[in-house]
Amino acid sequence: MMDYIIGHYNYWIAIFLMMVGFYIVISRGNLVKKIIGLNIFQVSVFLLYITMSTVKDGAAPIITEGVKLYSNPLPHVLILTAIVVGVATTALALALVIRIKEAYGTIEEDEIHEQDHSL
Amino acid sequence: MKHNLILRVTAKTLIPPIIIFALYVQFHGDFGPGGGFQAGVILSAAIILYSLLFGLDAAEKVITPTVARILASLGVLIYMGVGFATVLLGGNYLDYSVLADTQVAGQHLGILLVELGVGVTVCSVMLLIFFAFAGRGRP
Amino acid sequence: MIVKHLSLLLVMLPLAAAPIVAVLPRGRLPWVVGLIVASSCAILASTQLSMVLQSGVISYELGGWAPPWGIEYRIDAVNAFFALLVSIIAAITLPYALLSVEKEIPEHQIPLFYSAFLLCFAGLLGITQTGDIFNVFVFLEISSLSSYALISLGKQRQALTSAYQYLIMGTIGATFYLIGVGLLYSQTGTLNMADMAALLPQVTELRTVHTGFAFILIGIALKLALFPLHLWLPNAYTYAPTVVTVFLAATATKVAVYVMLRILFTIFPDGFVASTPTGDLFILLGITGIIVASIYAIYQTDIKRLLAYSSVAQIGYMVLGIGFASATGLMASMIHLFNHALMKGALFMAVGAIIYRLGICRMDNIQGLGKQMPWTFAAITIAGLSLVGVPGTAGFISKWYLVSAALEQQAWVSVAAILIGSLLAVVYIGKIIESLYFKPVSETNTTVKEAPLFLLLPTWVLVVANIYFGLNTELTVGVAEHAAQVMGVVAK
Repeated sequence: MMDYIIGHYNYWIAIFLMMVGFYIVISRGNLVKKIIGLNIFQVSVFLLYITMSTVKDGAAPIITEGVKLYSNPLPHVLILTAIVVGVATTALALALVIRIKEAYGTIEEDEIHEQDHSL
Repeated sequence: MKHNLILRVTAKTLIPPIIIFALYVQFHGDFGPGGGFQAGVILSAAIILYSLLFGLDAAEKVITPTVARILASLGVLIYMGVGFATVLLGGNYLDYSVLADTQVAGQHLGILLVELGVGVTVCSVMLLIFFAFAGRGRP
Repeated sequence: MIVKHLSLLLVMLPLAAAPIVAVLPRGRLPWVVGLIVASSCAILASTQLSMVLQSGVISYELGGWAPPWGIEYRIDAVNAFFALLVSIIAAITLPYALLSVEKEIPEHQIPLFYSAFLLCFAGLLGITQTGDIFNVFVFLEISSLSSYALISLGKQRQALTSAYQYLIMGTIGATFYLIGVGLLYSQTGTLNMADMAALLPQVTELRTVHTGFAFILIGIALKLALFPLHLWLPNAYTYAPTVVTVFLAATATKVAVYVMLRILFTIFPDGFVASTPTGDLFILLGITGIIVASIYAIYQTDIKRLLAYSSVAQIGYMVLGIGFASATGLMASMIHLFNHALMKGALFMAVGAIIYRLGICRMDNIQGLGKQMPWTFAAITIAGLSLVGVPGTAGFISKWYLVSAALEQQAWVSVAAILIGSLLAVVYIGKIIESLYFKPVSETNTTVKEAPLFLLLPTWVLVVANIYFGLNTELTVGVAEHAAQVMGVVAK
């Protein structure tokens, strides 16, 4: 049992980060903190993909003489795409937060709600 | 930070190697790790460092937001243009093999051009994002 | 040559036009380019559909790499149907966009607006064309990111918060989908849909596959605004610029339904989905969605918001059809989403025409305007009747198939829910019509004129389509039947 738990440590780290990120998104009222949570959440998925691609004793997937066993390069490529998507999402989210700050004067979710409903 | 001599001198010595490194990553990308995305980010980092030290106005003299926007579109169009060129030469979309006489040379040329497009776009988009955020507080 | 590369051009045309439009000068040129691209896409998509119906599956290998290693565009009747829906709606929305966008978007942002619109369009088309499960994620994010930007362009400041809310929920949905795809990839070693479908039966016992399935399902459910996960939708549709609302309401959720269909019926083997509670869950959520969202709709005072809640209810009908997992259910679902695109498109366009004249669209502002804007309000009335499901309109056809799918399985609760949902629709559509025709005009509105022809014409194209597809069901039912066959759902 213990071996099973320790043997899958990479998945535990990914799931722990995933839940931390998700919890931040749900529980925080500050819009920037939500974005940070969202980033942690996304990065955990990137880690999940990367650990999945690792082959035991495999080298980096660059053809070199004398190396027979390589890690799977495909998840790396997929994650490169996902990272780009993540960067775009973060930039867009931050831009929206700046506009929200200009329009409402605050980035706290409950204060924004108050302003919308008092009108 | 215009008067901080140490920072200015350090930055001035750092920026050229950063740009050279970006070009290395860009053009060595088809032999080893690297490629347009990484190169674009490194190149834009050099310009962003410059603007952090010498001000946004100075940086916008190097590359104005309009030029950056055109370059961003141009990069995407280079990428897609390679795709359409392969179609016109009788291959499938982005099938680089038809670009040159031999398959290997074709793949080589294709990936070089595509990565160039990626590099141009990533660099100018990063700069555009930076200019948009940094220029927000200006009157 | 165009025929050979047709499936590809459909995606690449708007994708290539987007960066060009972004650097065009202000003025009407960006709109012209957008219009040309959208109408050529509509032509390409209809050619594609007729080609698929005649000669079967089209496969296009990107970069000349053979599947399952390379990305493959694999078009069967289902893809072709959805691609046609998306591009036709875009081709009808764009003529409407000209005046509406000039009114609602600041002038210097118009080229960027059309650029984002084309990106969103390309993303949605890409989802429908691709046969690669990871590629779906990429296109999903292209369309979502551009739609967040489009929504935030709305005039009121709430547009920003609703775009932010949609961004958070949409990204969580997409990331869930990504986790699911990763888990499936780890067990099958492939990303090609057809290849994955061939390999999955060997590993359906594994818990990883079940987890992956659940993640994908929830991720897509967030994107298609399935009832308890719909919270982003009413705000996003209410505060977005009219053109964006029209386009997203008619296409974005429909494309998400398409992804759901693919996952459930193409990728996963028949027995697998039946062994999970997916069907029952969909029926339960569909029924609750129909009733709760319709009741919410009745209490809205903003007409755009009312229609947005009604959209959530209509998604309930589509999901209900999927939940039956029968050929008729699937057909009903596909017919309904096509018809719903027509009626919601028409309704939101007509509402946009009111906003063009009045600036707002609340119940108490539009009172008695039926006589001053007769064409706009006739459009609302007919499209509204279609939404209710009156015989002779498109809405009737889809409700008919849905009820027969429910009767086939003797699912009386679902039959009751569909009927109650229609009755509730009578109430909220009735509310709009009542204030239009039977209330006195408020004094500030006595000089309001009919909307310009440019706004009325596209609206009426959709209204006439509502009636046409209510009388002539050859196209919708025929294609839906064919698509259900392709999905391999046997009539039970």
